[in-house]
Amino acid sequence: MLTQLIISSLVIGSIYSLMALAMSITYKASEIPNFAQGEMAMISTFVTFVLLNSGGLSFYPAILITILFSFCLGLLLEFVFLRRAKDPTPLSFIVITIGFQLMLYGIAGWKWGSDQRQINLPFSESKVIFQNDSVAITELNLATLVIAVAVLLLIFLLVQKTKLGLAMKACQQNVNASRMNGIPSDKILAISFGISSVVGTIAGVLVAPIITLDPSMMWDPLLKGFAAAVLGGMKSLYGVVIGGFLLGIIENLFGFYISIEFKSVVAFAIIVLVLYFKPSGLFDKHYVRKV
Amino acid sequence: MAVNVIVALGLNLLVGNTGQISLGHAGFVAIGAYASVMCMNAGVPFLGAFLISGLIAALFGFLLGIPSLKLEGPYLAIATLAFGLAVSILIGRMEFLGGRMGMSVPKIDLQWTGLKYDLSLYYLIIIITIICVIMTRNIVKSRIGRAFQAIRDSDIAAEAIGINLSKYKLYSFGLSAFLAGLAGSLLALYLGFITPNSTMFTFIGSINFLAIVVLGGLGFVAGSVMGAIVMTFLNLQLENVVDLPLIGPLLYQFSETFMSTTGIANVSWVFTGLILILVILFEPLGLYGLWIRAKIYWMRWPF
Repeated sequence: MLTQLIISSLVIGSIYSLMALAMSITYKASEIPNFAQGEMAMISTFVTFVLLNSGGLSFYPAILITILFSFCLGLLLEFVFLRRAKDPTPLSFIVITIGFQLMLYGIAGWKWGSDQRQINLPFSESKVIFQNDSVAITELNLATLVIAVAVLLLIFLLVQKTKLGLAMKACQQNVNASRMNGIPSDKILAISFGISSVVGTIAGVLVAPIITLDPSMMWDPLLKGFAAAVLGGMKSLYGVVIGGFLLGIIENLFGFYISIEFKSVVAFAIIVLVLYFKPSGLFDKHYVRKV
Repeated sequence: MAVNVIVALGLNLLVGNTGQISLGHAGFVAIGAYASVMCMNAGVPFLGAFLISGLIAALFGFLLGIPSLKLEGPYLAIATLAFGLAVSILIGRMEFLGGRMGMSVPKIDLQWTGLKYDLSLYYLIIIITIICVIMTRNIVKSRIGRAFQAIRDSDIAAEAIGINLSKYKLYSFGLSAFLAGLAGSLLALYLGFITPNSTMFTFIGSINFLAIVVLGGLGFVAGSVMGAIVMTFLNLQLENVVDLPLIGPLLYQFSETFMSTTGIANVSWVFTGLILILVILFEPLGLYGLWIRAKIYWMRWPF
């Protein structure tokens, strides 16, 4: 039973870590936690649903179009809203992202109503791949885990090895110096929002078969993903991924062994505890601000 | 609406004046509501239950303030968020608080005013709100309020001057929780029946309160009042958006062609979010800022 728990918590943990990664990419680039992550992912998942059902496209082209759409949504958020802010305190940015989230929630609820729908990925949930006495892994679980890990690796490669990743790191560390070196920091910021939106969308599409597709489906993964990012330390990409998996494991183990009702509460309580002892999360350095 | 004012006052103290971020204020409101119902069920008279529930909420505010002394920015947002969620989940699960079905609130004895129950309740709430507004304004103008603003502007410098950061941050959390708790007990009285899924007690409620404070103007007492009035008015109107004189049928037609018509109530979220964004983008001081600008314009008119 324990291995089954570990497997399912790894699957959920991979979703949390995708959301946490998306949150952390924008936070690394601009010190803004993007609360609209969940709703952007949700709307893109709805777009996939519409393309699959009404548009008649098959799965992979629909996913590609959705990825494009969510990239543009991220660009839109940055370009239209965040750039114009006159008062750049962190609270006002957070409020802007929360406002965007509410708007998207309202638009999604308006357009599609709150009936739940079923999205069909080519990986079915009931086909069991691997089964022995203690463990049963369905195709969907495996696909979720594999895709999530692949995306994580891709993002790591992007950030570590490409010039774009280097530019993103430079913009986060010192905006003016990177501008002096010729890096167009506005565009880099917009691109990082777009990338994080795409990562969030992949998480949304992967989680849609598990949680049925309705406008409020991403509230819970958003909050958990955010919590995982905070747990791991928001500025360290490795940290947030580990935080996501950790959160999944803690939540499921607690839910099974002790109490299934309070598992979310305990997850959050553990996070608050960790934050008390290590105010910047597990893997992050605590920067001291100057006056 | 008056209840919204009180919560807005409390949240504004925390967010606008002290500069902290709290996404879990609905939790304090819920604590206040349930605490006062329990007290009234145990036989305590209303004013006593009211104050006791405020104090209990303030206690939880202190408790939440302790880990928040070290946190800032998104970490603080998560901690407060966690608190708000934890409160709403826990209240929903505990059986002696009514579980998911909620509890009904006993009516208080207002016969001596000679008016109908609803009307006298309304006056009672308005009087309490006015007292809270005066109280908050006094706090903001006093030494404590100035300490809060110093913390908002630069907390390291404030500590260097000699303001005891821990004490004042805890005060701020405790005070805003106290006000939220008072609002919660008034809300319980007004609604007559409280369930853990009421809009005021969940995460969406916290965001709603934050929207009220931002709309009115961060850090200004008059701002909280204005923001609460406007936002409550908007919410009420938007619930029946089709009945609005001009915009209603237009919106209905629009949604018939492009979107589904069943979910039209969701347009209130769209408007709330849009207002939130527009206020921050164009007028960071909110409605109070508009008011001040209008006043200054008229004061300087010939020039």
